[in-house]
Amino acid sequence: MANFSTNEFKPGLKVMLDGEPCSILENEYVKPGKGQAFNRVKLRNLRSGRVWERTFKSGDSLEGADVLDVELEYSYTDGEFFYFMDPVSYDQHAAGSDAVGDTQKWLKEQEKYEVTLYNGAPITVTPPNFIELEITETDPGLKGDTAQGGSKPATLTTGAVVRVPLFISQGEIIRIDTRTGEYVSRASKS
Amino acid sequence: MNDWCPVALPGVQRQRAALLSDLRRYFAERNVLEVDTPLLCSSGVTDPALENFVVPCRDGSRFLQTSPEYAMKRLLAAGSGDIYQICKAFRAEEVGARHNPEYTLLEWYRSGIDHYRLLHEVGELVCDLLDRPGWQVWPWDTLMQHVLGAEVNSASRKALEKVARQWLGEIPERLDRDGLLDLLVSHCVEPAIADWGVVFIVDYPISQAALARRIESPEGEAVGARFECYVDGMELANGYWECGDVEELTARFTADNERRKQQGQEQRPIDHHLLAALDSGLPDCSGVAMGVDRLLALRAGVASLDAVLGFDWVRS
Repeated sequence: MANFSTNEFKPGLKVMLDGEPCSILENEYVKPGKGQAFNRVKLRNLRSGRVWERTFKSGDSLEGADVLDVELEYSYTDGEFFYFMDPVSYDQHAAGSDAVGDTQKWLKEQEKYEVTLYNGAPITVTPPNFIELEITETDPGLKGDTAQGGSKPATLTTGAVVRVPLFISQGEIIRIDTRTGEYVSRASKS
Repeated sequence: MNDWCPVALPGVQRQRAALLSDLRRYFAERNVLEVDTPLLCSSGVTDPALENFVVPCRDGSRFLQTSPEYAMKRLLAAGSGDIYQICKAFRAEEVGARHNPEYTLLEWYRSGIDHYRLLHEVGELVCDLLDRPGWQVWPWDTLMQHVLGAEVNSASRKALEKVARQWLGEIPERLDRDGLLDLLVSHCVEPAIADWGVVFIVDYPISQAALARRIESPEGEAVGARFECYVDGMELANGYWECGDVEELTARFTADNERRKQQGQEQRPIDHHLLAALDSGLPDCSGVAMGVDRLLALRAGVASLDAVLGFDWVRS
């Protein structure tokens, strides 16, 4: 991979730091009038999601990271790996549970996910912002509760548990915001 | 899409015009003469921390000036008396919230006074322009000790590295002693004094004297007769009781070039016009350079320089 100098660091650039693939979030140029120039850089470790802050001498460089964001369709899991398919080339990618992380509770077959590939292998899987899933289990709703703001837990096909309004019943398909894990609405009838 | 539009708002443009007129009135009232010197000169600057833009010309390379200092010292040596200049200055590679490769600099020289008296003048001007109540003065080593809780003036490179790691964790490799001091000042001291208002740091270590003369501090230590003015943690002005000793400055410029060579930077020819002027005699004087865009940013209450530049580096 090519090397990138501090003056090429900009948000979104993928570089290697301490052997880990990182994405640059911020790059601040700091220099005393008479003295050494520095770049204070914030990076996200793409594997752990942690944000690192590091200072470089201006002009120092980092190796680029072989990182690619692709849109893949979730196929299935064999219990150990989660399999995603490229809808154009039909290539399959196996992601471990480290890479899937919390997204596991939003995995739905044939749904598209943003998968970050590092050296060709998935390191993170990001769900779409909104996803529609079926309720497999929830207490029956009570009449007359529609106007009040009460809620109850509901278990989805993926095993995730979300709070839903009292009028929602088992078997319904609901729309969820995956960023907050909150119920948004009943799914639009298709 | 709208890249042709200026960044600065019309109100800020008017504030710039008002600031320039305030500055010119200030100097007119004190009989300091406004001068105009070339920006494209046959010599550049040896300081390894500064990079000239090099402009190819028919008779060889010319250098856009990083400050009008050398030409103004030639005027002083020729008997100009007290002078000031408001001009553009150029520093390649310096782009950031507080830096633009082309910027406006105010530089002035007062004869017969030392840097402490010039500091006082700068303090009055800055407090007047920015409506601040007053300023603090800190000797460099006292402030470092106060902020870092460690004695750094006599500390070895290794000891400084330890202090820097304690404060910052991971630090860049291959920093020499002055590089470590620059790291500590920019990453620890500047944030620490960000809510102190107007702060002057005086009496720098000899290795950071730049073009200031060497004097003895009240404690009997050899220091550089230099001050820096910070406002809300941002460096605004740098002043010296000027060193007029040709041999001393020639040695410093040569050492600069040696350091450039070690760091893989191109060496710069030493300004022979400046040396000849100093040889003929620089009057006893103190001088200071102040960033006008930063002054305007402070006056307009904005954090980033692009808000006060009509067209920043991206749009220029």
